[in-house]
Amino acid sequence: MADFINEWGSAIWEGFIQTTQMTLISLAFSILIGLPLGVLLVLTRKGGQWDNAAVFTIVNSLINIIRSIPFIILLFFLLPFTKTLVGTTIGVKGVIVPLVVACAPYIARLLETAMLEVSKGIIEAYQSMGISTPKIIWHVIIREARSSIILGLTIAVIGLIGETAMAGFVGAGGLGDLAYQFGYVRFQPDVMYAVIIILIIIVQIIQSLGNIIARKLKKN
Amino acid sequence: MIKLQHVSKTFRVGKNKIEALKDVSLEVNKGEIFGVIGFSGAGKSTLIRCVNLLERPTSGEVFVDGHDVLKLKKKALRQMRRKIGMIFQGYNLLETANVYDNVATPLKLEGVPNEEIKARTEKYLEIVGLTDRKSAYPSQLSGGQKQRVAIARALAHEPEVLLSDEATSALDPNTTDAILELLLRVNKELGITIFLITHELNVIQRICDRVAVMENGRIVEQGSVVDVFTRPQQPMTKRFISTESKFQIPSTVKDDLLKSGRLVKLTFLGESSKDPILATLAKQYDVLPSIIAGGIDQLKNQSVGKLLVHLKGDKTQVEIAVGFLHDQDVLVEEVKD
Repeated sequence: MADFINEWGSAIWEGFIQTTQMTLISLAFSILIGLPLGVLLVLTRKGGQWDNAAVFTIVNSLINIIRSIPFIILLFFLLPFTKTLVGTTIGVKGVIVPLVVACAPYIARLLETAMLEVSKGIIEAYQSMGISTPKIIWHVIIREARSSIILGLTIAVIGLIGETAMAGFVGAGGLGDLAYQFGYVRFQPDVMYAVIIILIIIVQIIQSLGNIIARKLKKN
Repeated sequence: MIKLQHVSKTFRVGKNKIEALKDVSLEVNKGEIFGVIGFSGAGKSTLIRCVNLLERPTSGEVFVDGHDVLKLKKKALRQMRRKIGMIFQGYNLLETANVYDNVATPLKLEGVPNEEIKARTEKYLEIVGLTDRKSAYPSQLSGGQKQRVAIARALAHEPEVLLSDEATSALDPNTTDAILELLLRVNKELGITIFLITHELNVIQRICDRVAVMENGRIVEQGSVVDVFTRPQQPMTKRFISTESKFQIPSTVKDDLLKSGRLVKLTFLGESSKDPILATLAKQYDVLPSIIAGGIDQLKNQSVGKLLVHLKGDKTQVEIAVGFLHDQDVLVEEVKD
């Protein structure tokens, strides 16, 4: 055990840091893009406050199209785009772009579903009190949906961690890459097992945290 | 205070058109409680939602406090809505906020100064009697308490009008009474005009000054509650009142009674209820009145007595006796088979 930690400890730690970096940075950007998209979907749908079939259809199809493409293919498909956007296609920087492109529409969809659960009645009550739509979105819809939003984001984070495993293909490292390069390619299964155990623990912690926060926010 | 003129509303559902409101005109005076009653699907909800434009009428005009609300720009409409409070059947509270925040949040969003928010929230929670539950969440409250929070929230804007969309329909009879009592106080003590819709006759009886009866998107009858109650003109109104009436006698009993005389329903209003009319009748004419059924309805400002009386005797004598009753300021309705 001590030998194993001596030999692999720093590599695993480095992988963990890289995975955490990739996940958190992509998550932040994905929320930044996904939240407005989700709100847009809620508002422009039929019967929404800004009912607009054209906008809704475009955003809705775009999300469906991106979500149809497996991440590994998206990663390569986006190479030219990534290059122009961040100047490189490799390393953590290079993998953030495809991660965000894959994750933002997913988050938009999860948040849309969460926000649609908010009762029409409460939105109407605030409209009847002369509150403007932007304030209703933030203080009523997002507030009331916050528990489901947290659960949705928990799912998204866990998905992201999975996708970072493919980051190795563009040299971004991370735990998944470590397990693949050493565990599989160089046939050292103990590295693979260690990584799997670490990933299981991380996912368990994230899911439990998500559940706890969601329950706290729900208030009923 | 509120004036609707020739308001119509048509919904399109696919290729079908549904006319929810057909040429509705009514006026709610400042300071009164005006009720619209009708069975579900009559268009009441659409009607009340046209006042603050949660629903835009297809045609017609809506005035609130003299302003033509249909001509208001977005911002002006929001200002106007703040003067119109609204409560709902489903309470519509924030589930994630406690009682205090449910009342305070809308004020915060409107930019009311903090000191004022605190003062108003506490004042109106006190009025609805929920001061001791201010940190409770809606899920911990009963239906009646939730409606009180909603009322406090509406009042905290210090509106001139309160719209009530079936506010008591989800509540049990005792809670309904308590909420109606609160609405009466709001009307009397704060001078807030109330425009309500309901399918419960009891609500109209207890707190309304005037009433309109709706059927199929039209107002079929309107007037003071006492008039509409005691002299219903339209079949629809009669149907409404008779579903509540206690005079449902078995047809076999009715047939027997009709063989030996006439059956009349007498409605006594105000002063006439104090005179011993039936005793006088028995003394003066050769007619034997017997009471089959009776009851008193309490309206907002007066009571209405109703009696179902069997008049036994010679045909002409009975005829004269009925004439006497008509002269006594008593409403007489003949009950036939």
